[in-house]
Amino acid sequence: MAFLEIKDVRKSYGDFEVLKGVSINVERHEVVCLIGASGSGKSTLLRCVNQLEEVNGGEILIDGDTVTGAGVDLNRLRRDVGIVFQSYNLFPHMSVLKNVMLAPTMVAGVNGKEAKEKAMALLESVGMAEKAGSYPDMLSGGQQQRVAIVRALAMEPRIMLLDEITAALDPELVGDVLEIVRQLAHDGLTMLLATHEMGFAKEVASKVCFLEQGAILEMGPPKDIFENPQEERTQQFLSRVVKSGRL
Amino acid sequence: MTSAPGLVRDDLQPAPEPSPPQQVANLAVFALVVDLFGIALVVYGAKLLRDYNHGHVLATLVGALLVLISLYPLWPTIQGFSGARKRSGLLGGGQLVAARRAAARGREDASIGLGYGVAAIIVGCLMWLALTNQGAVADTFFRVNAWSQSFSQAIQGFWINIWVAVVSFVLVLIFGLVLAIMRMLPGRAGAPLRLIATVYCDVFRAIPAIVTVLLVVFGVPLAFTFTQTWNSAYLGVVALTLTYSAYVAEVYRAGLASIHPSQTAAARSLGLGYAQTLRAVLVPQAVRRMVPPLLNDFISLQKDTALLSIAAIPEVLTVTKLWESKLFTLAPVTLAAVFFIIITIPQARFVDYLVNKDAAKRAGG
Ligand SMILES: Nc1ncnc2c1ncn2[C@@H]1O[C@H](COP(=O)(O)OP(=O)(O)OP(=O)(O)O)[C@@H](O)[C@H]1O
Ligand SMILES: [Mg+2]
Repeated sequence: MAFLEIKDVRKSYGDFEVLKGVSINVERHEVVCLIGASGSGKSTLLRCVNQLEEVNGGEILIDGDTVTGAGVDLNRLRRDVGIVFQSYNLFPHMSVLKNVMLAPTMVAGVNGKEAKEKAMALLESVGMAEKAGSYPDMLSGGQQQRVAIVRALAMEPRIMLLDEITAALDPELVGDVLEIVRQLAHDGLTMLLATHEMGFAKEVASKVCFLEQGAILEMGPPKDIFENPQEERTQQFLSRVVKSGRL
Repeated sequence: MTSAPGLVRDDLQPAPEPSPPQQVANLAVFALVVDLFGIALVVYGAKLLRDYNHGHVLATLVGALLVLISLYPLWPTIQGFSGARKRSGLLGGGQLVAARRAAARGREDASIGLGYGVAAIIVGCLMWLALTNQGAVADTFFRVNAWSQSFSQAIQGFWINIWVAVVSFVLVLIFGLVLAIMRMLPGRAGAPLRLIATVYCDVFRAIPAIVTVLLVVFGVPLAFTFTQTWNSAYLGVVALTLTYSAYVAEVYRAGLASIHPSQTAAARSLGLGYAQTLRAVLVPQAVRRMVPPLLNDFISLQKDTALLSIAAIPEVLTVTKLWESKLFTLAPVTLAAVFFIIITIPQARFVDYLVNKDAAKRAGG
């Protein structure tokens, strides 16, 4: 049984069906990448996994337990599922350290001293320890994104969802952030990530899913998808990516 | 680039002629005319002031001082003329860039002269308005001996306005918060309370404050007889609280709504509950944005305390209106106006300061 099971998930905004029956399994310690054109529904799918959006059909299970539908303890669920957004979404009125400590102290009930030590250790590991007292406004995009990753990690999630976390960064800052993700993958963190960085997907993913207009068109090991795509749409998408210099 | 020929071609965009320096002399002449007109008006106003005060030395001095100040705009205007001369000299010598610089400086000087000249015209007109008709305006609104007679009672009355405003606003901040929370209750369970709060806000923003004051101050003692022994200013507090809570609830709600939904998403996805998200993430960010509109409402509330005069509560307007009928001049009421101006303007400046600071911060960040 896979750790994360997404079964035939459907999601509509009004009359517009964004997800048209998506099924993906993510095994423990596995890294799965979602690729696809803008508007294909990658973000929506990730937001459904931690229930920031309610699904209109299908089911999502984490560790065998259904997390969609009524009666689920969402706050409990979200402690296990970390998410990092494209736009960082740090809390601008809190220092870096407070951003990282907020959820452990407020939600997990860790005492302040312990939470601080752990936050500092995490910040240290991404090279942000000396910025602990700074406010998000004072940081570069890459630094903010590293803090956002650490903020999610501080809750010790069992799976991380990363939504195009390098898409808003200057090219020279992308590397730092990807290096952290690479390290997490190496450490065995289960991850589902949407990305436009095909080279990176090829490198870390054990499975790549090509999403097209709310449905999975092709799914398989990165080697198959990138080097021998079966579907015409996948080929078109990849050739456009190659043209823009991202592969 | 070796792309398709001819998206950009030199022959389509010929180099323009170098731009000549701007004109200065005509602007300076215009400024001079305006300045002279302003000076003439102020001189006339000063004469009216002196005549009205029967040649009193203080009035003469004030008038002379105003005339002196009105001469000031001549100075930048003259500099404007010298800029015009420099411009043509440099232009004749073929120094185009220097001529442009001189012209720009000259125009700047002439514009300053013009701006101050217009101000002098306005001041002169005001003096003329206030003192024309053998000083009828001054007699009606600004009679000094009426002010000194009514001053001590007026200030006692004004004390009521101040405490009514402060007490009301404290209650408003609390009651408004209750209303705002009711309006934001989620789900079907919250629907009835949401509806009640919404209707309340709509109704009390629709009723003119003076009507609410009238209904409460006269109606409540009839309907609830135990309040008949109350100081009627308390009922005034009740009326103003009812009215202003509706506005303040809206300020709270709009402040929270102005925080981007991605902040809520970030907090919720970390496992924070609805109330925790409000307390730790939304409210601290919203408060900074709420302060200026809250202060604006407080300023309005202070001014609306004068509405209590319709219920004969001895606040400043009630008191000064009594003096008005005793002395047959509106000067005491003007005094009440001055009190409100004195306490309100610093607060208005403070709000502007906060708003500008916030704007600068956002522009910088
Ligand atoms: N709250 C919403 N209301 C209505 N439509 C929405 C909403 N959120 C997303 N959509 C629509 O759903 C579709 C999928 O959006 P989504 O953000 O999931 O795409 P994406 O694959 O993440 O794209 P990108 O690569 O640009 O981030 C888009 O057409 C978008 O317009
Ligand atoms: Mg997206």
